[in-house]
Amino acid sequence: MALTREQVEKVSLLARLRLSPDELDRMTTQLTAIVGYVDQLSQLDTTGVEPMAHALPLVNVLADDVVQPSLDREAALAAAPKHDDECYLVPAVLG
Amino acid sequence: MSLLRHSATTLLSQMSDGKLSSVELVQEYLEQIERHDGRVKAFLRVDAARALKQAAAIDDRRSRGESLGPLAGLPVAVKDLLCDEGQLCTCASRMLADFRPPYDSTVVAKLKAADAVLLGRTNLDEFAMGGSGENSAFQVTRNPWNLERTPGGSSSGAAACVAAAMAPLSIGSDTGGSIRQPAGLCGITGLKPTYGRVSRYGLVAFASSLDQVGPLAGSAEDAALLLEVLAGHDPRDTTSINAPVPRYSQTIGQPLAGLRLGRVREHFGPGLDPEVSAAVEAAVEVYRSLGATVCDVSLPHEKYGIATYYIIAPSEASSNLARYDGVHYGYRTDERAMHDELAAERKQLAATIGKRDFDAQADAVENPLLRMYRQSRSEGFGPEVKRRIMLGTYTLSAGYYDAYYVKALKVRRLIANDYEAAFRSCDMLIGPVSPTPAFKIGEKHSDPLAMYLVDLYTVGANLAGIPGISIPCGRSRDGLPIGLQLQGPAMSEERLLRSAHMFQRNTDWHLARALLD
Repeated sequence: MALTREQVEKVSLLARLRLSPDELDRMTTQLTAIVGYVDQLSQLDTTGVEPMAHALPLVNVLADDVVQPSLDREAALAAAPKHDDECYLVPAVLG
Repeated sequence: MSLLRHSATTLLSQMSDGKLSSVELVQEYLEQIERHDGRVKAFLRVDAARALKQAAAIDDRRSRGESLGPLAGLPVAVKDLLCDEGQLCTCASRMLADFRPPYDSTVVAKLKAADAVLLGRTNLDEFAMGGSGENSAFQVTRNPWNLERTPGGSSSGAAACVAAAMAPLSIGSDTGGSIRQPAGLCGITGLKPTYGRVSRYGLVAFASSLDQVGPLAGSAEDAALLLEVLAGHDPRDTTSINAPVPRYSQTIGQPLAGLRLGRVREHFGPGLDPEVSAAVEAAVEVYRSLGATVCDVSLPHEKYGIATYYIIAPSEASSNLARYDGVHYGYRTDERAMHDELAAERKQLAATIGKRDFDAQADAVENPLLRMYRQSRSEGFGPEVKRRIMLGTYTLSAGYYDAYYVKALKVRRLIANDYEAAFRSCDMLIGPVSPTPAFKIGEKHSDPLAMYLVDLYTVGANLAGIPGISIPCGRSRDGLPIGLQLQGPAMSEERLLRSAHMFQRNTDWHLARALLD
């Protein structure tokens, strides 16, 4: 199934990417090829097959409800592109 | 004989016997890096001062008779996607070019506790997405056997540095073949453990249900030494397996009597290079001569492996990489330029539709926060990472989720069932690692789908969660290494390593080092 440029542009919004017109063209061609390839799975009858989200038979891991030491605020903020003493800073959302 | 020819196991005993110091050893490797890495480009960063300081401290403790860790004084290279507190961890991405994590990954903490010397950080495909290393934002690593060829990927530098005798041991990660494929193309030994055998805490996430850290080394014996340190339960990784770690390095010398090998029929089909096929068949004969029985087995859903993988891995990646938002850490676009662009867009829109309509359509121009996210991500990620984020976002989006993502999870179950059935009639599967020897740099770079197909024989183990090992078993007429893959049931690392060692005790492919021979 061929993807349209409009579909790809919509996906780029969902993916929080901003693609240039060139990138959108290229991505449309490439995603069409890849989706065309993975579409072969539709030939397989998987009726009654339980989806396998994980390789391990996982059980819930419970921890005691006790406060453990964790990263302090200064260390957590240190790698942020923009921050003050307490918070991450982002561009104003409301004008 | 140069120190660089010795195995890690030998070097370790020379150090504990007092015949060799860690400083001398580290110095030797640093000189080899200095001589050759300008061309190979395996390392993104080498911290010689830090390595020598660590080595001197270990020598000092040894001279005082203190007890030392199991890797005391051995240099280890680390793929640049495992956190080492306060040190750069770039994932070969512009997004994390300046990122210094505030904590150690469990793997790095274990290496430190084992008294290994951290030699440097190796190159990779950006965020481990790729099979040639060409997706690194910083440099292209070359195959030490032929500098025009790729070392494979994504653990490109991890494999190349061992093949070129620039490190005796190195750490990689494998999501669809990223340890085994470069190990195979570079003629070294690489092991992907059972999912959950090694902690993922502090491993920068790509596809969380598939990612696994493992050793690359010059031999199965050396890989055993390293895996013994890396493996084990970690309460910080909820998918970590809580089971004791076997003494791999102690049992490695025990051959396996009555070994039953399954020759995977689907791994010898069309597309397999004749030279690779011949080398792998010859390896099967070596095992036969050592008393193994070989039977043909079938993995009927194996042909759907790549399609299944390229739905599941990008889906998980698109979720995992949503964290790179230009806010918490990593790259942020230049805000002034962004605000100027938004102001120009507003002005242009107002001029086009008139002031009254413009006020009514305040949302027509993107809000600055959303624009900051999108602009930062678009400038920070390279083309392959964007492609996979797009693909994963698509396969998870409303209307496509069942047709793609859930469908792939069902086929994943069928693939895992095939392995389970195969292991009822044999102990281990034997076959090639990759369809061809190392391909040329640039050969597949412009065709993403062709690049994806290089993982044809390796993705199955990740989907099923089972371990696999890649060992060298021959060389092509052009002198390029050929890899043999063994796969076993979950938690069979000990048997895989022993089987690989059986082979290596009777062959010498693993002894060759590209830049020394």
